[in-house]
Amino acid sequence: MSDLLILNGRLVDPAGGVDGERDLLLRHGRVAAVEMPGVLRAAKAKETIDAKGMIVAPGLVDVHVHLREPGQTYKESIRTGTAAAAAGGFTSVVAMPNTVPVNDSVEKLEWMLDAARGACVKLFAMPAATFGSNGEEITDYHELQRAGAVGFTDDGKPVLLDRVMRAALVAAAGIEVPVSQHAEDTRLTGGCSMNAGPVAFRLGLRGMTVEAESKIVERDIRLLKDIERQDGLRPHLHVQHVSTAKAMSLIRAAKAEGLHVTCEVAPHHFTLTDEAIGDYDTNAKMNPPLRNDADRLAMIAGLMDGTVACIATDHAPHALFEKEQEFERAPNGITGLETALGLALRVLHKGNGMPISRVIELMSAQPAGIVSLEGRGTLKVDSFADVVVFDPAAEWSFEAAKSLSKSRNTPFDGAPMLGRVAATICEGRVVFRGA
Amino acid sequence: MTILETGTIAAGSLLTVASLTVEEVAAILAATDRLERMAAAERARILEGRRIALLFYESSTRTRTSFELAAKSLGAMTTLVSDKSSSIEKGESLKDTGLTLRALGAECIVLRHANSGAPYLLAKMTGLPVLNAGDGMHEHPSQALLDLRTMLVRLPGMGGRLVNAKTLEGVTVVITGDILHSRVARSNAMLLPRLGARVVLCGPKELLPEDASGLGAGVEIERDFDKALKQAGSRGKAVVMMLRIQRERLAGLELDLGEYISRYQLDEERLMARAPEALVMHPGPMIRGLEIAGEVADGPNSAIEDQVRHGLGVRMALLVRALGAGGFESVTV
Repeated sequence: MSDLLILNGRLVDPAGGVDGERDLLLRHGRVAAVEMPGVLRAAKAKETIDAKGMIVAPGLVDVHVHLREPGQTYKESIRTGTAAAAAGGFTSVVAMPNTVPVNDSVEKLEWMLDAARGACVKLFAMPAATFGSNGEEITDYHELQRAGAVGFTDDGKPVLLDRVMRAALVAAAGIEVPVSQHAEDTRLTGGCSMNAGPVAFRLGLRGMTVEAESKIVERDIRLLKDIERQDGLRPHLHVQHVSTAKAMSLIRAAKAEGLHVTCEVAPHHFTLTDEAIGDYDTNAKMNPPLRNDADRLAMIAGLMDGTVACIATDHAPHALFEKEQEFERAPNGITGLETALGLALRVLHKGNGMPISRVIELMSAQPAGIVSLEGRGTLKVDSFADVVVFDPAAEWSFEAAKSLSKSRNTPFDGAPMLGRVAATICEGRVVFRGA
Repeated sequence: MTILETGTIAAGSLLTVASLTVEEVAAILAATDRLERMAAAERARILEGRRIALLFYESSTRTRTSFELAAKSLGAMTTLVSDKSSSIEKGESLKDTGLTLRALGAECIVLRHANSGAPYLLAKMTGLPVLNAGDGMHEHPSQALLDLRTMLVRLPGMGGRLVNAKTLEGVTVVITGDILHSRVARSNAMLLPRLGARVVLCGPKELLPEDASGLGAGVEIERDFDKALKQAGSRGKAVVMMLRIQRERLAGLELDLGEYISRYQLDEERLMARAPEALVMHPGPMIRGLEIAGEVADGPNSAIEDQVRHGLGVRMALLVRALGAGGFESVTV
C-alpha cells in the first residue's frame, strides 16, 4: 500500500478524543501518524489529499446492508453495493443473510467474504440466526464466527419462537457477538404494507401496528433478563431499525436496567413519515414502515439521548420492475448507502443541533463497537486506514440516476442533503473520490 | 395522437374524489344531465370510434355493465379484459397489461383492481386517462358521484340546485357497516362533506377503526346505529347508506353475525322508529337479511335501483371527460 497524506482538515475522531486541525499519514493500510498541522509537512507520501475546509473522520460503518449476492444480482452485487457504500463514505459494511440461498453455513459465508466477490470496502457478514432463516434451529455460531461472522440475524424475518430466540441469545453470548433482531410479530402483520393509522385508512391499506414491533422487543428483553438470571450469561441483543416510540422507550428502560441492548435507527425513520407514501409511492415502502411524526421525533430523541447506538441504512436495493407494481405487491426496502450521511447531517446536525462529532460517532465508532470491529471506527495510530473526507457545509441534492448501486429505489431522489463525501479511503486505498 | 408522458397522470383520469374540485363535480353532473337528455343517435356520435378498455381484476356486475353500456351508448368501442381470461393469469404485470392495451389503441382504461392504489400505477405507466372503477379498500369515485346524483334527485327540495359547497347543507348521511373494507365509504366520506353534508360513520370497532375520522372535516363516528339514525332523522334531511360485510376482505376477522344484525341491520322497525323519512341507499351487492332487510330494500324509502340507473349517466359523463369530448375538450390539454 502506498502512503497517503491528508493535510489541512478538521480531524474528528470521537473514539480517539480528537476534534481539531490535524494532519494524517496513512501507511501500509494503517494510520501511521496523527499530528498537529506542520509536523508532517516533510513526510513523503505518494499521494496527498488537501482536506482544507473538510472533515476527516473514521470511515463510516454500516451494520445493516443487503448486497443481494448470491442469488439476486439483478438487484445488486457485492461489487456494486460496496461501490455505493464507498460513495456514501462507508468503509465497512455488514451484509445481511437473506440472500438466495440464505447465508447459513461456513461455506456460504466464506464464498460471500471471498476477495473474488470484488468488494471495494471491507465486507463483514451476519449469517442467519437459524437455518434457512426459518426460525426453527440455530446455525453453528462457533464455526461461523471462526469463518468471520460478526453477529447473527434472520433479518427480514424475526426469530419468533421464544425457545429459539433464547437459544440464539445463549449461543451468541458464549462467543460475545450480538443477535440482531428484526422486531416484527409477523402474526400481527399479515397483509400489511404500511404503518397503521389515518394515512393507511385513507389509502385503504392494511397497517402494521406499533405493537407488532414493540411486542417482539418486549419479549426479547424479557429473554435477556431470564438468561442473565438463570444462565449467568450476558447476551447482547441488537434491535434493528427501530421505528416506533414504544419500542424506543422499552429499549431505553432496558438499558437503564443494565441489560446489554443496543439498537439502530435508519435515516428514513428519522427523516420521513408515512405521509411520504403519497399516491402509493413504492419507493417509500419498507419494513418496518415509515411511521407517524411522533414516532419520527422519538427516533431523533433516542439518537440525541444516547438510547440509539448507531445509524444503519438497511440498504435494500430492488429492481425497477419490482417496485413498478401495485403497492401491496411491491417488495419492501429502499437503498440508503449514498444518502445516509447527507440526511444525518441535515436532519440531526442542522435540524436538531446534534454536534457533528456525535453524528460521526453514531456512524463509525459505535456501529464498529456493536460488532467488535477491532481497529475500525477510529483514527488512532495503528488502527486501519479507513477514512472519510467530507465537506460538512456542502448542500446538494441526491440524484438516484447517478447512484453507484444497481438499483434506484429511493424516496430521496432529488432530496436535499448536507455534507458531501470528497474521498473515501479503505485500508489506505482511495475507494471513492467525489466530483 | 397525443404524445403520452409516462410517469404523469393524464388529465381526465379519475383516481380519487379528492382530486376533484367542487366545480369539476358540478361540471360532471351537468354533463350527466346533458347526456341523459340527448337523443340516442346524437349521443352515439360523441365517442364514435373511440376505444375504451375495461380492465377488471375483480368480479363486478353493476360497475362493469354500466361502464360498458355507457361507453357503447356514446358510440365507443369497448374491450373487456378480465384477470381470469387473459395473460394476467400467466403472470403478466399490470404495467405490461396496460402497455399492451395502449399499443392496441386503447385511449382510456377503466380499471377495477383488488389492490388499493393500482389505478395510480396504471395511469403513471401508460400515460392514458384511467378511471378508477374500484381499487381494493381505497376508492370508488364513480360510485360516490352516482350516489351524490341520486341524493340530488331523490331528496326533497334539491331539484335543479346548483352543485356547490353548500348544496348538501342540512343533509346527514349515515354510512353503516363494514367501513374498514369499503371503498364506497371512503369515496363518499371524502366527497359529500365538501358539498356541505355531514357524514356519520357507523359500525363496530372491528369494521370501523377510529382512524376513519381522519378522512376529513365533516366526518364523524357514531357506533350506536339507533342514535345515529335518530340524530340524522331529527336534524333535517337524512340518508342512510348500508354496506355489505366484505367476507372476501375480512382476513381472519371473526364477527358474531347475530349480534351484528341486531345492532346494525336496517329493518323496517328501526327505520320507521328512528328516521322514517330517510332515503335508503346501498351500493350493492347487498345481502338481504344481513345488513338490510328485504322489505326496506324494496320499500318506498329505497333509492337502490335509482343508484344503479344514475351509474349509467355519471359514467357516460366520466368517459366523455376522460376522452376530452362532449364539452370536456378543455379538460385534456
